[in-house]
Amino acid sequence: MAVSTLIRDTRYAFGQNPLTLMAAILFVFLVACALLGPTLVPYDPLASDAMARMQPPSLGHPFGTDSLGRDMLSRTIVATRLDLGMAVFAVALSFVVGTAMGAVAGYLGGWMDKVIGRIFDTIMAFPLFVLAMGIVAALGNSVINIVIATAVINLPFYGRFARAEVNVRRDLAFIEAARMGGNGPMSVMARHIVPNILPPMMVQISLNMGWAILNAAGLSFIGLGVRPPEPEWGIMVSEGAAYIFSGEWWTFVFPGMALVLAVFCFNLLGDGLRDMIDPRRRT
Amino acid sequence: MKAGLMRATHPAEAAAAHGVPLLEVDRLTLDFATRGGRVKALDQVGFTLDRGQILGLVGESGSGKSVTAFAIMDLLDQAARIETGQIRFTGIDLLARKRRALKELRGREIAMIFQSPRTALHPIRKVGHQIEDVLRAHSSVPPGLRRQKAIEALERVRIPDPARRYEAYPFELSGGMCQRVMIAMALSADPSLLIADEPTTGLDVTTQAVIMDLIRDLVRESGMSVLLITHDLAMAGEYCDRIAVMHAGHIVETAPAHLLLREPAHPYSAKLIAATPAKAASIEALAAIPGNLPDLRQPQPPCRFSTRCERHRPDCDQPPLDAARLGQDHLVLCRHPL
Amino acid sequence: MIVLRRLAEAVPSLVGVVIVTFLLSHALPGDPAAYFAGPAANAESVAEVRRTLGLDRSLPVQFGYYLLDLAKGDLGHSLTTGQPVTSDLLQRLPASMELTLAALIVAIAVALPLGIVAALRPNSLADHFCRLTVTIGAAFPTFFVGLLLVYLLYFKLGLVPQPLGRLDEIYFTPPPTVTGFYLIDTLLNGDVDAFRAALSQLILPAVSLALFAMAPLARMTRAAMLTALGSDFVRTARANGLPARKVIFTYALRSAMLSIVNVMGMVFSFLLGSNVLIEQVFGWPGIGAYAVSAVIASDYAAVQGFVLMMAILYVLLNLAVDLAATAIDPRVRFES
Ligand SMILES: Nc1ncnc2c1ncn2[C@@H]1O[C@H](COP(=O)(O)OP(=O)(O)O)[C@@H](O)[C@H]1O
Ligand SMILES: [Mg+2]
Repeated sequence: MAVSTLIRDTRYAFGQNPLTLMAAILFVFLVACALLGPTLVPYDPLASDAMARMQPPSLGHPFGTDSLGRDMLSRTIVATRLDLGMAVFAVALSFVVGTAMGAVAGYLGGWMDKVIGRIFDTIMAFPLFVLAMGIVAALGNSVINIVIATAVINLPFYGRFARAEVNVRRDLAFIEAARMGGNGPMSVMARHIVPNILPPMMVQISLNMGWAILNAAGLSFIGLGVRPPEPEWGIMVSEGAAYIFSGEWWTFVFPGMALVLAVFCFNLLGDGLRDMIDPRRRT
Repeated sequence: MKAGLMRATHPAEAAAAHGVPLLEVDRLTLDFATRGGRVKALDQVGFTLDRGQILGLVGESGSGKSVTAFAIMDLLDQAARIETGQIRFTGIDLLARKRRALKELRGREIAMIFQSPRTALHPIRKVGHQIEDVLRAHSSVPPGLRRQKAIEALERVRIPDPARRYEAYPFELSGGMCQRVMIAMALSADPSLLIADEPTTGLDVTTQAVIMDLIRDLVRESGMSVLLITHDLAMAGEYCDRIAVMHAGHIVETAPAHLLLREPAHPYSAKLIAATPAKAASIEALAAIPGNLPDLRQPQPPCRFSTRCERHRPDCDQPPLDAARLGQDHLVLCRHPL
Repeated sequence: MIVLRRLAEAVPSLVGVVIVTFLLSHALPGDPAAYFAGPAANAESVAEVRRTLGLDRSLPVQFGYYLLDLAKGDLGHSLTTGQPVTSDLLQRLPASMELTLAALIVAIAVALPLGIVAALRPNSLADHFCRLTVTIGAAFPTFFVGLLLVYLLYFKLGLVPQPLGRLDEIYFTPPPTVTGFYLIDTLLNGDVDAFRAALSQLILPAVSLALFAMAPLARMTRAAMLTALGSDFVRTARANGLPARKVIFTYALRSAMLSIVNVMGMVFSFLLGSNVLIEQVFGWPGIGAYAVSAVIASDYAAVQGFVLMMAILYVLLNLAVDLAATAIDPRVRFES
């Protein structure tokens, strides 16, 4: 029954909003690029070619070449894995840690709740991108630290949500658990609370992915984390920006558009999921 | 163009002079377009209201009373579509008039007050300023005098210490006080018709009586007419001259109030009377009316009460069904009246 | 009274901010001493540096010194400029503030009317246009928008001057500092040409920055206006025959403002964060560009000082938002 409603809702959401369908297709495409990118591309993304520097888009190089003669199409596609990867790991990390912290706070209450709440408040007291910069600067300039920083700034969103839900559901869940034959807190969580908060969390995750991609790309744009010659959209835009005054637009436009598409895709998916889960909250 | 609406000759007076009722709703039929299909909210609704009278529009929740009022006020939302019918005010069909002209009537000639008065007022604007907004829209009171006029309006609805209440926000006032403020606003342009949609719902019993007495006194003072919408037949009996009983988008019975309460002709009216605390012989008799309102998205039989009616007979489902005249001022929509 | 209470409520946030910036600079992996001693240092000189920086003491003691320094307004010295970080930041702050405020004004000026129009006619062309703009605006990274605009409007069309800083200093002299905002100072100086020049430099970065902040503003305006327009008190206003303008602005919009003001916190977070990226793109001499060069040069003190200053700024802006909400909503004033 649950599956059939899900299918019906999915069909409804796609039917209502063709953009959601488009986003789903785009999503599959992005995932394919991330998984298969390196085997799909026509050129080695790192191979420079002194003979083919700064060539505008052509049949041989649909996205043109950069200042070292590297093929922009290959670089843009291969970068998908790193850009999505950073965002996926960051979101997964903040989802797991944030939900756990929020659940503990909501479940135990008392001083634990206060301390965790204070931590979330403090994170939210910073402009989030600035805090991410500070964290990367302090932890050291690496991709892992970009992931960590992006995860940290997203913690409060998951944490506060999980806390509120656990608070509301705790007592109900216990009654249910007692009826089904007594269970410990951990299994109450796993069986009764987590399944209930998962669907709205999916919306949050999807909307968060777009924001995480922007954030990670922004950090590499200003020179944090990813190092050249590694292909990554943010750093590619920043490299391409150097040639803007000589009119070589393709060096920054294509990786930039890749970013836009990826963020657009996750934002639309998030909106679509929200319509599916809670059609009333539609904006 | 606005012969009947000029302020110089008061439209209600003009209407009375020609023997035209102040308000006539005539065979009004109206749908809502919804996801689940068309909701046939009103079907051939008709009644008349004379000058200086209070007409009660009574029926259980969902029977179409508010929709009728909104149709008169032109406050229906976009999903609504008027199929047929006329709404004549001083003899002029409002539905045929241009929208602009209709807006001029709103608040000026026809005013309306609502239930849950605390949410029906702007939550973050001083009540005095809200009254002034209405004054500014409808009268040529010079700006310097508006405050004075607003305080007088509060005084007229017997709010104690009106100068202080002028400065209050709705959340600082009780529900009863907010309803008085809303009445003061509605009356500030001296309308000839007041539509009161469940004005006492949500207020406590003593306040209910106070508000209703106030409305009755104001009617006597000003000579305006009132369309009183309520689900409380006992209250309608006490305050109204005539009563129209509404069920599932039909007016099922119209009669003078005392007659309707004494000798209801429609089975639904009888059930409503039995369900009012004052008339119920015992707690058991206070039982709700059996069944629910029909789903108005489905095709309806000629009598929309038939599925709930104990006196249902086979010929009840035979179209057409027209209102029968039982007395000079007594109409009933039933083949087998009591 | 209420101002004092709101101020008191902002204190825990400030304390949290100070602790976090301290932790970022003192308690995390990586050895600042080794770093400050430079790449050529040996173990002895690192230990020497550690002692002079006080890094050999316990964390609480270090925190105490950190607080003392903060109280004196001392954020350390920048490696790159050799100046005290505090004066570096303060000197660049007006440029950033001018840009951020300009972007805020642009964002509000576009998002509010857009959201209102969309709410007045749900599912109309205007509504779809609003939704599209908002969705696209939210997907474009600020730095990319900035570059696109520079390419199109400067390089291709030549409509704006070269995006390098606040004023073309070959042709114009910066006005004497009064407010630090060029748009105001040029006018105070009576130099209309310089005002125009400063404005033309400001437009592109401000618009790029605004685009991203527009999304939450327009969304919230639309949603809040829809709620307000469907509310009981708007129905009352209509029934009383108030003119449409009055109903929309005095009644619906004023109550919707409460929800709109409540997203301003998020809007400021976006603006201050993206500010860094935009300053980088446009060579804007503000604290964001300063921080980026500091980050790249691993200029520790400068980065931490920047983070702290931004956070304090953000806390203060949120305080201002809270006070604005209090001013709008008499119910909040009444509670206290
Ligand atoms: N905006 C609307 N859309 C669809 N159906 C509506 C709408 N407003 C009212 N209705 C329907 O019209 C009928 C009458 O409602 P209403 O007039 O509010 O009843 P009441 O007698 O309680 O005032 C109900 O069945 C209701 O479902
Ligand atoms: Mg009603």
